[in-house]
Amino acid sequence: MVSTAAPEISAAAAAEPAPVKKAESKSLSFYYGDFQALKNISMPIYDKKVTALIGPSGCGKSTYLRCFNRMHDLYPGNRYDGQIMLYPDNTNLLNPAVDPIEVRMRISMVFQKPNPFPKSIYENVAYGLRVRGERKRAILDEKVEEALRGAALWDEVKDRLHELAFNLSGGQQQRLCIARALATDPEILLFDEPTSALDPIATASIEQLLADLKEKLTILIVTHNMQQAARVSDYTAYMYLGELIEFGVTDTIFIKPRNKQTEDYITGRFG
Amino acid sequence: MSDTAVRVQEIRALIAAHKRWDIVFGIVGLLALMVGVLTFAVLFIQMVIDGAPRLSWDFFTSFPSRRPGQAGILSAWVGSTLVMLVTAMVAVPLGVGAGVYLEEYAPKNWMTDLIEINVSNLAGVPSIVYGLLALSLFVYQFGFGQSILTAGLTLALLILPVVIVATREAIRSIPGAIREGAYALGATKWQTTSDHILPYARGGILTGVIIGMSRAIGETAPVITIGALTFIAFLPPAPVSSEFPYLSFEWIMSPFTVMPIQMFNWTSRPEAAFQHNAAAAGLVLVVMTLSMNALAIYLRYRLRKNLKW
Repeated sequence: MVSTAAPEISAAAAAEPAPVKKAESKSLSFYYGDFQALKNISMPIYDKKVTALIGPSGCGKSTYLRCFNRMHDLYPGNRYDGQIMLYPDNTNLLNPAVDPIEVRMRISMVFQKPNPFPKSIYENVAYGLRVRGERKRAILDEKVEEALRGAALWDEVKDRLHELAFNLSGGQQQRLCIARALATDPEILLFDEPTSALDPIATASIEQLLADLKEKLTILIVTHNMQQAARVSDYTAYMYLGELIEFGVTDTIFIKPRNKQTEDYITGRFG
Repeated sequence: MSDTAVRVQEIRALIAAHKRWDIVFGIVGLLALMVGVLTFAVLFIQMVIDGAPRLSWDFFTSFPSRRPGQAGILSAWVGSTLVMLVTAMVAVPLGVGAGVYLEEYAPKNWMTDLIEINVSNLAGVPSIVYGLLALSLFVYQFGFGQSILTAGLTLALLILPVVIVATREAIRSIPGAIREGAYALGATKWQTTSDHILPYARGGILTGVIIGMSRAIGETAPVITIGALTFIAFLPPAPVSSEFPYLSFEWIMSPFTVMPIQMFNWTSRPEAAFQHNAAAAGLVLVVMTLSMNALAIYLRYRLRKNLKW
């Protein structure tokens, strides 16, 4: 670096840097058979930010989330329309030529209910690496520890890595699932109502974790809990009946929503 | 009396009238149950009384004989064991493979539906029909003769639907969330199947296989149809030997007899002493079947212990 560039850098650091797009859905529609669950949704997902999807039950927020790792491909009769662009390589995730497995190797997901495999804690975290053909014990050990530390679970389980994952508490199981998703260094981490099956203390620990995780990766989270969206997210999208009603900076959405419908939902007059 | 008291009286009368039907059904149900249980108990006790005195070490280590006191079930239980071995080796890979394919791989369309209906119907086909099929296909067409191989294949066909259905049930009991969890990590269909579906379905599949085998071991009609002998005074060649190449598959083409045929043979003899032999053999067969079922229950318990869903 030449010294003349230094003032520019510090000036940029002082102000909030302009957000970079990590992904973007363009005119995304989705159909379960004949039923159109998503209608023409276009919105950006910013890099290393938390984007929350909120809206009443059945509004399509989970459906939208599950488009990002092509989960819908597992079931017959589902159809996508439109694009989800992943940056910086400009890959359209929904392109039929793109293998859904390739998409899932880049974008991980944490589900609503903790779903550990009936295997040991270690094997749960290592599974994503094994799927990628990793066999070296030393590398597996290292990555498993790193992922468990990343999910703030290492200290609680380091002495019982080879015990069955079902013996953990609900909150620990969910953090294990986060570790499992982190172990493969995903670019985006999808969360589908990750705390809806957890008690308030476990919920708080997961929320704290989200704040730490966004230092390294991009997060897209579905939540039915508006306070949670306000607490953890940088951007919020409000959806209703398969449509994107409003998208913006979380503070703006919660303090001064532009749309009357968003305001009604957020203030609890509806939903 | 006050209105409330009258009302309570009425409600009580109503409940009493309704409860009479509870008692009536209780009695009818118990009778229905007893018909089955008592019949089996009487048959079993009769068999024990007739057969138990004949049970001895010699009974298991002797070949059939013209003299009832010296006759034993050696060739029958060895035959049954070897036939079951062939049956398991054929039915397990075929049945589990078909079950996994139908559940995990097959596209959901009318073809798959048709195959599904046919598989369940196969379970209801009378076993003698399998015997006739095996006679023309395995014995004559393929030239396997009246051998252990033919019997094993026939009984494998017979229990194939049971194994397929058990495999599918076991796979279906695995929650979708586990499957999605594996796929979400980038696993392929085969990785998901071999790393998760099959290991977690293992208990249910094994149970189904054993239940199927315990049915097959008592089957008589198809084995008679393909021409099992009723009087065999030699054993098939041993499968292991002390000389190279140590393993031999000659036994697979050997003539054979099985437990139910040995029983059938003895019951058709006029001498009463042979009836005792038949009862003793029946006792052994029932114990074999029951212990297989017990093993199935134990395995189901053992292998499901770590699966909490």
